[in-house]
Amino acid sequence: MNDFLRYDQPDLQGHFGQFGGIYVAETLMPALDELRIEYEKAKADPAFMAEYHHELKHYVGRPSPIYHAQRWSELLGGAQIYLKREDLNHTGAHKVNNTIGQALLARRMGKKRVIAETGAGQHGVATATVAARYGLECVVYMGAEDVKRQSPNVFRMKLLGATVVPVESGSKTLKDAMNEAMRDWVTNVDSTYYIIGTCAGPHPYPKLVRDFQCVIGEEAKLQMPEMIGRQPDYVVACVGGGSNAIGIFHPYVPVEGVRLIGVEAGGDGVETGRHAAPLTANVGTGVLHGNRMYLMQDEDGQVADTHSVSAGLDYPGVGPEHCYLKDIHRAEYVAVTDSEAIAAFHDLSRFEGIIPALESSHALAHAAKLAKTLPKDQVILVNLSGRGDKDIPTMARLAGIEL
Amino acid sequence: MSRIQNTLAALAQQGRQALIPYITAGDPRPGITVELMHALVDGGADVIELGVPFSDPMADGPVIQRANERALAHKTSLRHVVAMVAEFRKTNAATPVVLMGYANPVERWGYQDFAATAHAAGVDGLLVVDMPPEEAEPLANVLKANKIDPIFLMAPTTPVSRLQAIDRLASGYGYYVSLKGVTGASHLDLSNVAEKLAVIKQHLSIPVGVGFGIRDADTARSVAQIADAVVIGSRLVQEVEAGEDGLAERLTAFLKGVRAAMDTARA
Repeated sequence: MNDFLRYDQPDLQGHFGQFGGIYVAETLMPALDELRIEYEKAKADPAFMAEYHHELKHYVGRPSPIYHAQRWSELLGGAQIYLKREDLNHTGAHKVNNTIGQALLARRMGKKRVIAETGAGQHGVATATVAARYGLECVVYMGAEDVKRQSPNVFRMKLLGATVVPVESGSKTLKDAMNEAMRDWVTNVDSTYYIIGTCAGPHPYPKLVRDFQCVIGEEAKLQMPEMIGRQPDYVVACVGGGSNAIGIFHPYVPVEGVRLIGVEAGGDGVETGRHAAPLTANVGTGVLHGNRMYLMQDEDGQVADTHSVSAGLDYPGVGPEHCYLKDIHRAEYVAVTDSEAIAAFHDLSRFEGIIPALESSHALAHAAKLAKTLPKDQVILVNLSGRGDKDIPTMARLAGIEL
Repeated sequence: MSRIQNTLAALAQQGRQALIPYITAGDPRPGITVELMHALVDGGADVIELGVPFSDPMADGPVIQRANERALAHKTSLRHVVAMVAEFRKTNAATPVVLMGYANPVERWGYQDFAATAHAAGVDGLLVVDMPPEEAEPLANVLKANKIDPIFLMAPTTPVSRLQAIDRLASGYGYYVSLKGVTGASHLDLSNVAEKLAVIKQHLSIPVGVGFGIRDADTARSVAQIADAVVIGSRLVQEVEAGEDGLAERLTAFLKGVRAAMDTARA
């Protein structure tokens, strides 16, 4: 008997078990109510969903293919690794699946201005892209630290007509960018739609972002049987806030025999404390950015500084549905270090001619470790969530090369 | 009746409005906070709102963000803030103290232990900025069981249906956020505030204070004509930011000016 056949989360108030919910200042509550109601209407509106899928096909280039990384699999000597090629989407990552959905919602709700937070810049670029596409004013908040390490994406956003605001407060990374976006939203709530990029935040965002990202897993569920006659044994994805992972995991939750593995950023190693791996490190629960989740924090409840070579995973919390999937043992979560991720980045580049994003390289690193322990007839599907062009300056810096 | 309820009821009988100053505990250093609380009382504070520093103060503007950072540089924790209130209570048994902050430090400590310790220290109210009534019932119940008033925010965007939900959980007073924005913004629109307060008062059974955007005695006087209490935060935190020289005296003097202006409001 499959316990997960009737999996139906979150509840009406946005709770995934003890996680999720709505923890925001009163000023935003009516806006979140409005968004929840409008989203439910849009989802039930065939014209809205048809436009969303039309855009995914003609603007993003979906469905994204699945590719058998045959040469790399052979070199590893174990299980077969398949890649879900989200890196081939327009803008180079999975983020656009969600920003298209939310931009269409913004337009439907009559909002002329969109804002976003971004870490690696992928969500910022995806937001700036759709803002240009639909003629919306766009402001992107980005930690000052990330502005430095992701300069190509900063320039891309500007080319697309967005205003990029470097955030100098706190640790100057993704969480601080999210704080600043919340401050903007509370000030401009009437005119502005906040496009959250990850499956965290106040209800209905974790559900809404998941729903828009589920196209990844829904396609994979059709593509794998076409390619190999069955579903994979493992589905592996990197987890920062967790949007690409939830997008490929969620459709597989009721599918028996498919193990779901989320890979967090282990930074210098989980044991060193310098990491961004709340699920792996067994931290306590906490409330940040509108929802309850597993949260890296000190004994006083102050949010901890995190570390990862990958800006997109450098976040102290994780989306509430991942917290829940961990607690009910439907998904497992592990961490790989910066250096393991960098090694996988090089391996995929050299052996398959695909330069992966540093975020996705975490999933690849774990898949490589796992493949070596498995027989050759086992299949690992990795969500290759983004391409690595944006990481070239970082990789050059790490190698001591000036571009 | 709680200390907050007594204080506000006594003022109402005199036809006066409460002056509620806010400072961030531990800013610019923990050792000075209790002295500053007494200085606020000397200036005419009826209730003190004491900010609990948090690493991610999402609802605050730059002034209070920096106050949080200064306090956190000294590792000022919620436990320290509660201890400061206990110290303050050694020489002041009358002035209610409300802690104002974000959910996570309270979550981390645990509702029951926090509430019992805070009550024993002499804390009278708690305002958790990022905990709307939808999520606040468990905490509000624990607070009430420990004789601490749960204080809730209301905003320009709050519809009547939500006012009713807030009224069900809130006690002490309600805090009307005068504008859409973060703390320290300066575009309070008096006629909008008056209009909204009239609606709020129909649905809220407790006194209503107004805060956000009140920076001078004139605005305080105008707000006092329509609200039960006036909250001043960022303006005072700016005094703290200006340095420790004569700080207590400056806070007292500023509040005295506000107090005098508010008291002429009823003449």
